[in-house]
Amino acid sequence: MIVRILGEGQYTVPDERRDALGKLDDAVAEAVDRGDQARFAEALAALTAEVRSSGVALADDAFAPSDLVVPFTDSSLEETRALLADHGEGHEGDDR
Amino acid sequence: MGVMKRMSGILQAKTNKLLDKAEDPRESLDLSYQKQLESLQKVRRSVADVTTAKKRIELQASQLQGQADKLQNQAKSALTQGNEDLAREALARRAALAEQLTDLKTQHDQVSGQEEKLIATAQKLQTQVDSFRTKKETMKASYTAAEAQTKIGEAVSGISESMSDAGMSMQRAQDKIDGMQARAGAMDELLASGALTDLTNPVDDIQAQLDKASTTSTVDAELAALKAEVGTGAPPAPELGAAEHEDSAS
Repeated sequence: MIVRILGEGQYTVPDERRDALGKLDDAVAEAVDRGDQARFAEALAALTAEVRSSGVALADDAFAPSDLVVPFTDSSLEETRALLADHGEGHEGDDR
Repeated sequence: MGVMKRMSGILQAKTNKLLDKAEDPRESLDLSYQKQLESLQKVRRSVADVTTAKKRIELQASQLQGQADKLQNQAKSALTQGNEDLAREALARRAALAEQLTDLKTQHDQVSGQEEKLIATAQKLQTQVDSFRTKKETMKASYTAAEAQTKIGEAVSGISESMSDAGMSMQRAQDKIDGMQARAGAMDELLASGALTDLTNPVDDIQAQLDKASTTSTVDAELAALKAEVGTGAPPAPELGAAEHEDSAS
């Protein structure tokens, strides 16, 4: 699967890392829901590290849409929350 | 649900706005390329904006630093003159400026970080647009109509997503700068209006006291020199002679 880290680029991450990624992703979401800034920064760093270490950076001439997107690595909790809220948690697109 | 899937939806929504529904997928390659060039220009302009904001902070910091240095020197002069109270006053004002300087340095670090990231974004996008340009002709020529539909669609979606990402990066940098511009504007006004003058431009009081003390000590020194001269009574011939002459004349 292809994962984009916003502001950085795309990585091809092996499908067998999906569960691991999912757990780290849930930790980020939980921190956002709780409004725990310190935990959020930690969880986001862990998620980003997993994408970078288990993935391979996509070549600049390989153009492919991403399956998953990681927020900007230096995002604040408020920024991420605002971004998610701003877009009705993804109901804008093909969720319907 | 995790954050990544929702983020993906958000990026997708932004990307959809960039996609043309060209009937011929080959045509969509050219349309997309035009958009990529525009997008690149926007990113470059955004880099220039961030650089301008950074320069403005640097200018303000150097003005404040100059004033802080001046106060430091004045504190030294005051101590040399044995005026500890004045030295303390100068140092207190300097401390207030140092606080503002620290704040400016924090802002400077943030803007520099944004600048660095945007430059990297611009370079990456440039590389992608360059390779898209060379690839698109090959794509037009080599795919059958059915292949073109999916392959071209994927390539266009992929690079459009990069443009959306760059767009979000620009927006972010802009938001950061906007917040700072307001403060920088307030600081410029303060500097211009002279409201900071009492604090930062000590010519009027601290410098006046220093000048007065130093004038006094210069006069004292000259007076002492004169006293010494008169005391020894050694006459530097012509002028003293003329003076004696006048004295006797009156």
